[in-house]
Amino acid sequence: MFGDYSLADLSSIFVMQGFAGLILFSVYVLMALGLAIIFGQMGVINMAHGEFMILGAYVTYLCSTFFQTYLPSLFGGYFFVAMALAFLASGAMGMLVEWALIRHLYKRPLDTLLATWGLSLILQQAYRTIFGPREVGVELPSWMMGSIPVTDSIEVQINGLFVIAVTTVITLGVAVLIYRSRFGAQIRAVMSNRSMAGAVGIDTEKVDRTTFGLGCGIAGIAGSAFTMIGSTGPTSGQLYIVDTFLIVVFGGAASLLGTIASAFSISQTQSTLEFFLSGSMAKVLTLLAVVAILMLRPQGLFTLKVRR
Amino acid sequence: MLQTATASSSIVPPVMTGARPMLAISDLHAAYGQSEVLHGIDINVAPGEIVAVMGRNGMGKSTLMKTLMGIVPTKSGTITVDGTDVTTLKSHARVAKGLAYVPQGRMIFSTMTVQENIETGLTVTGSRKVPQDLYTMFPVLLEMKGRRGGNLSGGQQQQLAIARALASNPKVLLLDEPTEGIQPSIIREMGRTLKKIRDERGLSIVVSEQVLSFAMDVADRVLVIENGSIVHESLRADIDEAQVARFLSV
Repeated sequence: MFGDYSLADLSSIFVMQGFAGLILFSVYVLMALGLAIIFGQMGVINMAHGEFMILGAYVTYLCSTFFQTYLPSLFGGYFFVAMALAFLASGAMGMLVEWALIRHLYKRPLDTLLATWGLSLILQQAYRTIFGPREVGVELPSWMMGSIPVTDSIEVQINGLFVIAVTTVITLGVAVLIYRSRFGAQIRAVMSNRSMAGAVGIDTEKVDRTTFGLGCGIAGIAGSAFTMIGSTGPTSGQLYIVDTFLIVVFGGAASLLGTIASAFSISQTQSTLEFFLSGSMAKVLTLLAVVAILMLRPQGLFTLKVRR
Repeated sequence: MLQTATASSSIVPPVMTGARPMLAISDLHAAYGQSEVLHGIDINVAPGEIVAVMGRNGMGKSTLMKTLMGIVPTKSGTITVDGTDVTTLKSHARVAKGLAYVPQGRMIFSTMTVQENIETGLTVTGSRKVPQDLYTMFPVLLEMKGRRGGNLSGGQQQQLAIARALASNPKVLLLDEPTEGIQPSIIREMGRTLKKIRDERGLSIVVSEQVLSFAMDVADRVLVIENGSIVHESLRADIDEAQVARFLSV
């Protein structure tokens, strides 16, 4: 499959596809972070995670139309407002869902799977009713369009760089929150032993609700970033949820570093293979590789070694 | 034989020093689902008193501790800490009212560092810094404060669990079988530590135990629980060791 390309072409292709993979990686990381936090802490498999992401995408879309119509002079900076609003909207909805639905099902993990799946169907239909079945695209401000030529045959897109930068900042922020802050310590305590965390004085219900909101809020930011690489429709979230689960499981639950490493390897493999093979063949090969590795290492890529 | 049989069934009233009890448990019933495990427990613990609850496996010691902590729901009865009724409160709210718990098997947060483990205990106090006196009491924890809790030895984990409980500035400390899986030399050390904690902080301690020598060493008063009821009570001074030992033998 490499035969038709010269060596210089090949290296350019790898760099460009690698960069495209990095953009995909960024969206994956943002999605998987939220999912991993929620799954790690509460053991809840949130099937509606993709819909929380799409909520963020729609918020970004609304924001872009709002700025275009009413504040065209500030259009250049709307994306930052949109990301903040996407975080708040998805986070608030996440907390509402936790309060109304999830907290009643903590003792029945399998039922949360069904319940959140139902929720995802409801949300999809709600998006269809409110925003219409047609996919919507987001207008980017001019400074985010175009690309920077690196060499004659290699170009990197500016919006891609932006997404990568946002992901880096968010990931670092989450890492600091979880590993350096007091709230993070409470999250990890609840993660490691729920009833004991309560017995040392941690309000586990409050931690649960905030964590769920945080995870969903990050998904909202992922949705914001997603508008740059794809168009937003009611069912766009579903395409990503399976990959995201794969990443969380492959990375090893409850390991932030593992999640990042697995998102990186999966998105890069996918993106590079997609150029040479068809999209579905690329997916098949990626999945096969993941299955093979998980058979050898069922605990995922990264795990902490401690006495239990 | 007949004499001891009657003596064992009569419950000696708790010795009160005039003050109101720090921990008052009255007619406490607790159940797992439909099966009731505690059938009306009455215990009063005076300020600064160490009470040992003894009994064989499956007699309700751990359930009593968990019920006091709000991990197992109370079916009926009341639990009062320093005059405040905590029966309907959630675990974390009970900690805020002055209860602290060192569970069986330590249950430290194994993936978190020693320091982080102690810090979780600070949650209800609002303070951010681990008080120096905890490290003074358990110097080994200061030495290991950057290590993951799960990589400590059993005895060190036990000290960590006690430090974590003390971080919340409790009025009553509950310890569930603290000697389980700990080597004998450390058990003696732990007895000294518990008495030191009581003397320095003036808190009340309830400790569940199977090891009679440890209970004799630390406790002011020994209770025996059997099938979910208190069946024997005596002060350390006039304890009949042989009689308590009979309750514990299998």
